[in-house]
Amino acid sequence: MRSIRYREAVREALLEEMDRDEAVFLMGEEVGHYQGAYKVSEGLLAQFGEKRVIDTPIAEAGFAGIGIGAAMTGLRPVIEFMTWNFSFVAFDQIISNAAKIYQMSGGKITVPIVFRGPNGAAKQVGAQHSHAVSPFYVSIPGIWVAIPSTPRDAKGLLKTAIRDDNPVVFLEGETLYNVKGDVPETDDDELIPFGKARIAREGDGCTIVAWGSPYYTALEAAEELAKDGIECEVVDPRTLRPLDIETIVESVKKTNRCVIVHEHWPYGGPGAEIADQVQRRAFDYLDAPIERVASLDLPMPYATNLETLVLPTVPRVVEAVRKATYAR
Amino acid sequence: MLEKDARNTPLPLGFATPEPANDPALSLFRVLRDDDTADPAKDPVLSDATLQSLFEHMLRVRLLDERMMMRQRQGKVGFYGAVTGQEACPVATGFATKKTDWIFPALRENAIMLVRGFPLSTWLAQVYGNSGDVLKGRQMPSHMSARSVNQVSWSSCLGPQLPQAVGAAWAAKKRGDDMVAVAFSGDGATSEPDFHTAMNFAAVMNAPCVLICQNNHWAISVPSSKQTASKTFAIKARAYGMPGIRVDGNDVLALYAVIHDAVERARRGEGPTFIEAVTYRIGAHSSSDDPSVYRSDEEVELWRGRDPIARMDRYLTKRGLMTRAQRVSLEERIKAEILRAIREVETLPPPPRDSLFDDVYGTRPWHLEEQRAELARHEPVAPHD
Ligand SMILES: Cc1ncc(C[n+]2csc(CCOP(=O)(O)OP(=O)(O)O)c2C)c(N)n1
Repeated sequence: MRSIRYREAVREALLEEMDRDEAVFLMGEEVGHYQGAYKVSEGLLAQFGEKRVIDTPIAEAGFAGIGIGAAMTGLRPVIEFMTWNFSFVAFDQIISNAAKIYQMSGGKITVPIVFRGPNGAAKQVGAQHSHAVSPFYVSIPGIWVAIPSTPRDAKGLLKTAIRDDNPVVFLEGETLYNVKGDVPETDDDELIPFGKARIAREGDGCTIVAWGSPYYTALEAAEELAKDGIECEVVDPRTLRPLDIETIVESVKKTNRCVIVHEHWPYGGPGAEIADQVQRRAFDYLDAPIERVASLDLPMPYATNLETLVLPTVPRVVEAVRKATYAR
Repeated sequence: MLEKDARNTPLPLGFATPEPANDPALSLFRVLRDDDTADPAKDPVLSDATLQSLFEHMLRVRLLDERMMMRQRQGKVGFYGAVTGQEACPVATGFATKKTDWIFPALRENAIMLVRGFPLSTWLAQVYGNSGDVLKGRQMPSHMSARSVNQVSWSSCLGPQLPQAVGAAWAAKKRGDDMVAVAFSGDGATSEPDFHTAMNFAAVMNAPCVLICQNNHWAISVPSSKQTASKTFAIKARAYGMPGIRVDGNDVLALYAVIHDAVERARRGEGPTFIEAVTYRIGAHSSSDDPSVYRSDEEVELWRGRDPIARMDRYLTKRGLMTRAQRVSLEERIKAEILRAIREVETLPPPPRDSLFDDVYGTRPWHLEEQRAELARHEPVAPHD
């Protein structure tokens, strides 16, 4: 297999799906001539033209709505938010409309749309630019939420998202675009199904559930813990809705411990949801309370010395696993 | 590399006048003429000292931006947004408003704070986000704000300051206070729903506010022609039921005249005004952008020829209000002042660690206290903490 960057993997998925199906188009701020704020759409305008790669005015609610309308009448839009922070302006279109039109129309009108873009904190971008948005969208019935951590997952999940008839919120890691990883050849047309977690590392000492950029923090912590003889099993759910609770629960049944690591705030959200489900489905198997490592419960500061304390860190994950395994 | 095709030509705005010269929303209000004299019919007739001070403030902003972009390239600061070419509008606004008026800026009006007397070194500390920063290291650079000068920070998410300004103005009217709110947007942000909401509410509520669009022709890589199909931005005001005025945004005297009129009109209870200041962003969008991939050097050169500082320089010189020697020593003095301010703040320690948990709420709730204690257990404490 070849190794490519996460950015390139997303781009390949777009390119292949646009090539396969004329109904697919890409729309957003600076996606065409500028080739995307994060250069994800490099070359797409040149290849597909202005009919299918569409630069918009700065109005997220506007182009989210334009996309939904186009999806209702037969096209398959991919809507790029320059970052997911700016999707808040389009909340009503996504939550009250995209997510509900199929159900409200008695199952007669589908909205096959993908909303995608970089999610989570980057370096020093402050309170308003650092949101990890999964908790907002994962609580909405009618939309799927995918959050790939690796290039391979990014490509395979985006292809699935584009072919799915439901609206999909597709959360790319703002700090992951340069991550390299193995991805199958273009001819393979690999589709990664929604609702199938991936076991990134096997172990019987403690289950760590992690996604997005803290997935890498979790893997690093697992390496560290292995030195002390604690073998962690790292499970990446890949999609938060649908959630592959079965794989997570099976892992917990084996390890009897569970630590959940994520970037978003601790209050509510998928971290809390997974903790709830695990305790109900695997209560008799748990040897310790479920631990969670999340962002501190406050708006992101700018100053580096403060910022680095907010997101989950390796020491915090290690500490949580030690606590769950009574190894302190 | 982008093709610099017709698409990338901004609206036919420039300084051209698209329509009848007597329509303020379609023509261009100017005071400084091409021969560097002031049009007597429009001249706001300011004192010599005020004219000199306007120049000094614009020059300070220019030199400050140059220094800070240099600091950014040297890795001393993480990010910076310069306003090169657009100094006239913030400076004129600082002069045309009272200190009790509130400013709701967009990306390029931080310097109004300096005109209103905010200390330069404290302003600069915001760029460093350290312990000298009144915002306590919370905000990205170039998001200055200070309660002491009634200026809020621009929102990283474009647009929300506009309805907020209308709300602040409306509340002042309700309280019987004579405050006026002045809010800004770029040409790009006029596409956001908040812009339209603000325009509508301002007129419907007859709120004492002035909404100013600095049309610098580009929103990162998107030219104004892709932002709107209107002939000008100023014309949009008409549909909302308020006056729209298109003004030369590189003419500090014209800006002063138009903004001062609009602010006083609002103060008298005669309602809001929308102003389009036609200008140009000479530099990059921010320190993270390279504009050479989407616009031509010729276009930038054309606008360099309309530099607001050079125009005011020539005007003052022609009127005998500034000699070459005075000009040179002024620049030296400002440079020294900036250097001193940088030295003063650059080495200040970062914000203390426990400040992380402050100001989320008025008093620290139990769960944040718990997180603070837990953090103290896991993370080694640096000496400055
Ligand atoms: C809601 C939202 N969408 C997108 C962005 C990304 N963005 C930051 S500045 C900018 C361009 C702003 O252009 P304009 O309003 O013309 O102001 P200028 O930068 O020209 O002063 C964009 C698209 C944002 N900050 N907020």
